[in-house]
Amino acid sequence: MRVMVFVKGTEESEKGLAPTPEMMEAWEAMDRFTEELVEAGVFVAAAGLKPSSEAKRVTYDGDSRGVIDGPFAEAREVIAGFSIWEVKDMDEAIAWAKRCPNPGGGQSHVEIRPFFEVADIAEFLSPEDLAAPRDGDRGKLGVA
Amino acid sequence: MTAGETHRAIEAVFRIERARLLAGLARMTRDIDRAEELAQDALVTALAEWPRTGVPANPGAWLMTAAKRRGIDAIRRAAMQARKQEEIARELDGAPDSVAKAIEAGMDDDLGDELLGLIFTACHPILSADARAALTLRVIGGLTTDEIARAFLSNEATIAQRIVRAKKTIGKAGLAFAVPRGRERAARLSSVLEVVYLIFNEGYAATAGEDLVRPGLCFEAQRLGRILAGLMPDDAEVLGLLALMEMQASRLQARIGPDGALLTLGEQDRARWDRLLIERGLAALARAEALDGEGTYVLQAALAACHARAPRYEDTDWRRIAGLYDRLARAMPSAVVELNRAVAHSMAFGPEAGLRLVDALADAAALRNYAPLPAARGDFLFRAGRFAEARAAFEAAAALTRNAREAAFLKARAEECG
Repeated sequence: MRVMVFVKGTEESEKGLAPTPEMMEAWEAMDRFTEELVEAGVFVAAAGLKPSSEAKRVTYDGDSRGVIDGPFAEAREVIAGFSIWEVKDMDEAIAWAKRCPNPGGGQSHVEIRPFFEVADIAEFLSPEDLAAPRDGDRGKLGVA
Repeated sequence: MTAGETHRAIEAVFRIERARLLAGLARMTRDIDRAEELAQDALVTALAEWPRTGVPANPGAWLMTAAKRRGIDAIRRAAMQARKQEEIARELDGAPDSVAKAIEAGMDDDLGDELLGLIFTACHPILSADARAALTLRVIGGLTTDEIARAFLSNEATIAQRIVRAKKTIGKAGLAFAVPRGRERAARLSSVLEVVYLIFNEGYAATAGEDLVRPGLCFEAQRLGRILAGLMPDDAEVLGLLALMEMQASRLQARIGPDGALLTLGEQDRARWDRLLIERGLAALARAEALDGEGTYVLQAALAACHARAPRYEDTDWRRIAGLYDRLARAMPSAVVELNRAVAHSMAFGPEAGLRLVDALADAAALRNYAPLPAARGDFLFRAGRFAEARAAFEAAAALTRNAREAAFLKARAEECG
């Protein structure tokens, strides 16, 4: 199964890149962890995201659209990065996440979200629905 | 956390560490069975201690130490028994200490190197291809014999027997569970890659059974490929095989039609291709090409990439594909590659070009009863406007195939020729 691991933002990550010695050390630790994931065949993709000061929110209200500039107030609601892993089950995902270096230094957390897979929606769809060609980008990223 | 949850969490950690643990223990004992026993003992110890102490900071090292300690105990006990026999008592005196030292030294070894050593041993050419695949799935993939049996549509007893025999063969040959160096390495590596690709293909183009595709096996093969690429990041063929598998697997969901039949590349809905796997495949291919990879897996991956890069079937770069098949035919001479090459040339340069190549193949013994040959020939003739000949070729192909759906398709094409 595929999971996405969200790294939540912290006060620090919201300040942007500050290559202090501690930061460099933390990145190195993260690189070593990623290498472990690669060698275990678990790692699929990952990226870090810039602080929310560089983000935009597009808002919807019926047919009207608005744009809000970052930063967004609550650091812990901001996603600072993500990683996609291929694991056997959630237990394995948790075991890997536990050995990830603490992404925020102090108190922080990551969130593990399993991808929807064909098996999850199979009972709602007929085999014809499942196999029917679709237009557009639906189905990309391995989403059923 | 309930006791059950703790148990599952510990087993998840163990699963992550298992292959490396086995690799280290196998190198120490030169005996996979013994290594499996010691690893299992270490798990039992962990299940007893970790609920109290918590999972240690470096669970891999903890498990290895626990297992090796048991190993030393066993060797000591054996030595004690032996000591009773006076003739060899002297020789064995002090042996446990030297064993302990050897183990200490072994622990400094590169763990990745040990894992590779186990992979190379499980894929040793002294074993049959089937045995290599089963043993690799067992010791590296961590599948149970029952899971392997289901994947290969075999029964558990057969697979268990196959694995037992493979372990015995390895033991008798006295293999050192080491990574081969120098001239031997290339030959041994191709044996490893062959096993991984065999596992992948068994999943991708199921040769037996109801299901045409068994994605579980593809996934295991991809995982093995990713592990190998992590351990041998500078080997172009390793990266080529990984790229090939990632790109082929990207089409797994798109390959099956509503009636459960396989769809051709032209028929597939490309929106259902897995972009993430395609990106991974292209990245691995780029790394292989940067290493000047020219091997058969790199070339096949480059072919897969031509399809992956085309947004629509009509956008396919057939000239590039034809050029790649020319190179593949030189690197891996085979009648099937030649036939694919003929198809590529017909798409790139017109049906006559395909006919010239396929007619040169007509006498190849390997293709005498191979339905795709007259089927391809029929297609070239049809496109060249030679309908009577095309009809005969399609009918010949329909008579050769054992697949009912394919036969119906070929007969319909014969009818089209008027």
